[in-house]
Amino acid sequence: MATKSTLAFEPGWQYDPAPESTDHVSLRDSYGLFIDGEFTPAASGKTFETINPATQTPIASVAQAGSEDVDRAVAAARKAYDTVWSKMKPAERGKYVFRIARAIAERAREFAVVESMDGGKPIRESRDIDIPLASAHFFYYAGWADKLNYAFPGASPKSLGVAGQVIPWNFPLLMAAWKLAPALAAGNTVVLKPAETTPLTALKLAELIADVGLPPGVVNIVTGEGDTGAALVRHPDLDKFAFTGSTAVGRDIMRTLAGTGTPYTLELGGKAANIVLEDAALDQAVEGIVNGIFFNQGHVCCAGSRLLVSEAVAEPLLERLRARIDTLIEGDPLDKNTDIGAINSEAQLARINEYIDIGRAEGADIWQGGSDAPQSGYYCRPTLITGVAQSNRVVQEEIFGPVLTVQTFRTFDEAREKANNTPYGLSGGVWTDKGSRIFKMTGALRAGVVWANTFNKFDPTSPFGGYKESGMGREGGLHGLGAYLDLGMGAGA
Amino acid sequence: MSAAEPRLPDLARVTPVDTVGVEERVARFRSRSIKTASKVAGLRLALSMIDLTTLEGADTPGKVRQLCAKAQHLHERMADLPTVAAVCVYPTMVSVARDALGASGIEVASVATAFPSGQAPLSVKLDDTRMAVEAGAAEIDMVIARGAFLAGDYDTVFDEIVAVKAACGDAHLKVILETGELGSLDRVRQASMLAMAAGADFIKTSTGKIKPAATMPVTLTMLHAIRDHYLETGVQVGMKPAGGISDSKTALHYLVMLNETLGAEWMTPRWFRFGASSLANDVLMQLEKQATGRYQSLDYFSKD
Amino acid sequence: MSGERARLDVAKTYKLYIGGKFPRTESGRYASFERGDGAGAVNVCRASRKDFRNAVVAARGAVAGWSAASAYLRGQIIYRIAEMLEGRAAQFASELHAEGVAEAAAAAQVEASVDRLIHYAGWTDKYTQVLSSVNPVASSHFNFSLPEPTGVVAAVLPERPGLLGLVSVIVPAIVGGNTVVALASESHPLSAVSFAEVLHASDVPGGVVNLLTGQRDELLSHMAGHMDVNALALCDVSADAATAAEKAAAENFKRVRRFDDVDWSADASASPWHIEAFQEIKTTWHPVAN
Repeated sequence: MATKSTLAFEPGWQYDPAPESTDHVSLRDSYGLFIDGEFTPAASGKTFETINPATQTPIASVAQAGSEDVDRAVAAARKAYDTVWSKMKPAERGKYVFRIARAIAERAREFAVVESMDGGKPIRESRDIDIPLASAHFFYYAGWADKLNYAFPGASPKSLGVAGQVIPWNFPLLMAAWKLAPALAAGNTVVLKPAETTPLTALKLAELIADVGLPPGVVNIVTGEGDTGAALVRHPDLDKFAFTGSTAVGRDIMRTLAGTGTPYTLELGGKAANIVLEDAALDQAVEGIVNGIFFNQGHVCCAGSRLLVSEAVAEPLLERLRARIDTLIEGDPLDKNTDIGAINSEAQLARINEYIDIGRAEGADIWQGGSDAPQSGYYCRPTLITGVAQSNRVVQEEIFGPVLTVQTFRTFDEAREKANNTPYGLSGGVWTDKGSRIFKMTGALRAGVVWANTFNKFDPTSPFGGYKESGMGREGGLHGLGAYLDLGMGAGA
Repeated sequence: MSAAEPRLPDLARVTPVDTVGVEERVARFRSRSIKTASKVAGLRLALSMIDLTTLEGADTPGKVRQLCAKAQHLHERMADLPTVAAVCVYPTMVSVARDALGASGIEVASVATAFPSGQAPLSVKLDDTRMAVEAGAAEIDMVIARGAFLAGDYDTVFDEIVAVKAACGDAHLKVILETGELGSLDRVRQASMLAMAAGADFIKTSTGKIKPAATMPVTLTMLHAIRDHYLETGVQVGMKPAGGISDSKTALHYLVMLNETLGAEWMTPRWFRFGASSLANDVLMQLEKQATGRYQSLDYFSKD
Repeated sequence: MSGERARLDVAKTYKLYIGGKFPRTESGRYASFERGDGAGAVNVCRASRKDFRNAVVAARGAVAGWSAASAYLRGQIIYRIAEMLEGRAAQFASELHAEGVAEAAAAAQVEASVDRLIHYAGWTDKYTQVLSSVNPVASSHFNFSLPEPTGVVAAVLPERPGLLGLVSVIVPAIVGGNTVVALASESHPLSAVSFAEVLHASDVPGGVVNLLTGQRDELLSHMAGHMDVNALALCDVSADAATAAEKAAAENFKRVRRFDDVDWSADASASPWHIEAFQEIKTTWHPVAN
């Protein structure tokens, strides 16, 4: 009598397109470098185009900074540090940062639309997550500016000077906020390089920074590719360097900075385990798995890209997970109902597809669900890879796309071991209804952020960062503030 | 399905629920933007799922007849409107409603089993049920014994549902959990599994007499239970959120939730109902707005 | 001392300390070290890269137990180290003197080392409170951040002061639950070896601290390059050598801390921020609901 029943989501109630309006967005055809409070062309005159990955059409042309431009930006930051920013009363400094927070909130919808156009992420995410969090990040750190003496017991904190910062393409404005807010609140000036595929919200932020009256040179934004970032990290007049991006580039940066004494923070790659124990709240675990790997098309360094599920619940969990994935809507990033937007670039899509091929060649089972993806633009359907072991490349290497590997385990210790058996250590997840097991597992995971019965949550007050090859230093919260200060505790501290 | 002997499930093995996770999922449903043709389709579907309800101590045959008239003539100015699914009344009003609805195709639903508290002997509850069925109710909305449930006396709760189900005969049984009194989503899911194992054709959130009545987190939890029951047994059970759903936007969010949780099979009045008294007019106003482009006033829609 | 003594001194063999045992270097090599007090020469092991490798294996094996030991127990053990050192103060003063430290300064250094141990013994159950935070996130989650040990720390100890420098670098690392492989001062190695005996007598589990004597130039590249070492403490290492070590450390993202020209006798050279140097901050999120 217990026939095998399945749920059917086709042909269901289909939602009509619900496009976010774009008529309120102001974008220029071209953007210069933002140095010393003004937009200027690159010394070389070189530019590059930033394109909309959902339509493969160019949006704007952007200046490509060379080392000469980086020199100019660092000099502007140095001058602003020496003459204005380090001399300003901390409370006044804080008020400028508060202004940035409020101005982002005012222009939030415009920023959200530009973010989705430039990067391909769904408007739901840029509207509900990226932009509000960016504003909140500035708001949080603004308040620290005049309270530094209360932050670190026994220390006498001082700003460091000029900070060089390089950020990735997956959360363009939010990463700019993560970098700029603590640096500015702590009293540093900044040269920031956004990613070459997603420079627009940083440049809109530059306009906003000028509008709110931040003194020229306090924030400088130089656009360009890897060479620009390399010129910045090699610059001899930096007092701090901060990077978010790949582990490979992070390693190069560490080598470059070796011996310079320049303090640095690195937020790098990850291959996080999302562990479902047999007593988990399965439906919320399904949701957490979906949010863990399909949030932002899986372009998330802390993505829960390895599902580890107890054999006792693997079958019902996967059945529910596949059904859930089938309700995901993939398509136009500017449609309010889109769950999975466009892959950020052609190169990234090729890399993801290469990994799916590797998985197939390794003998794994590939399952792809969700709605049909659009025919043009860079899209990848949400993908489950089952029948894999710890030794498979798709289990070991960061794919940075909507691709989840699935492994099963028998005991708590096996899960812990598999989770930690990786050079990475950025994040992890554990799903169980039992409090004592939660804290046993969260304690056992060698990772900087552990989500228990949730995943991919972020907050300005919450420190974020990796163990092992996932980086060093923290961003967010009190610990993220310390990364932009000399605590004055003598050598080594 | 041929009925095997109903057995009380082991409630300790019911899948646990994490409330924060449920609320986050609900927020995702709420963020869906339903536009143009899909909005009209959703609104018309919502209308067809309404159990138009009056459950007042002051109900009279006159009041019930007015409600039945409204059920059959929702908004005459609009052509091709669906009708509501049922009219829901107390047992003493079933015969009045039955007569008033005639051959409209609209069912009569009756609350029973000492609604809303359920604090009465089983014999009274069964008499209540039989009387409503005999008077022409095609659907019985019973309440569970929440006191017994919260006290851990699951056998009593279970046996009562089994007995009422038997008393229903051919009438469909909707089992009201009164989730506002159960205290947690874990308890809601357990009560759902118990009710379905005991033979519920529908599970229903609330009497409307206790706040909170229907909420999306509670309803989602019950939909998950329905899904589990279906995957386990192949038996489809219906869902009825009741109380507190009074505007079109909320109704559409419930339908989004249904659509993305149980799928196409449940997107019909056969398997989903809204227990509501004022929702219909708001849906009608929205349909009129979609047709005319003008925002509407309640002055142009008959109250009952 | 006079030649009238009836009995011949028993000279100590200065060995390595690895995994709670006192092996000679597997290489069989030694360095001859002329005592500063005129009492002749002693031989000190010249540890090889294989000794270092063995020490890392021991240190890795000790991480799980030591990092899981209660803060109270770690405090008790570190206090016990201080007690043991105090009891052998005369010996250590004599060895420091043998290494060329003036007698009064040697005695003062031993006292300062004991006091530093007491200072850090009291930190074991407090630094977590000082370095942690409960983070008031906007969503319905309980969120907190707390320090956890980085893992295995390889340390090139300060050249001087031989004993106080050693204590000041090693102890904050083990207070924080790390295990350590340390290369003693090349010029002042004797007290390091004797300190291993103190550790051994203090209930410090084998492998938690491993002490090597040998040559920086020979061992530093292996310390910096070892893929199972999580962090590197470089004290008074030349700029070129430090740069090379930091480059090698990038291969597995070792946390590198440099300590140059630190006045280890100053009170400010001990603080929870030295413990923090080899900690990772872990943030945990948990929903709050009924």
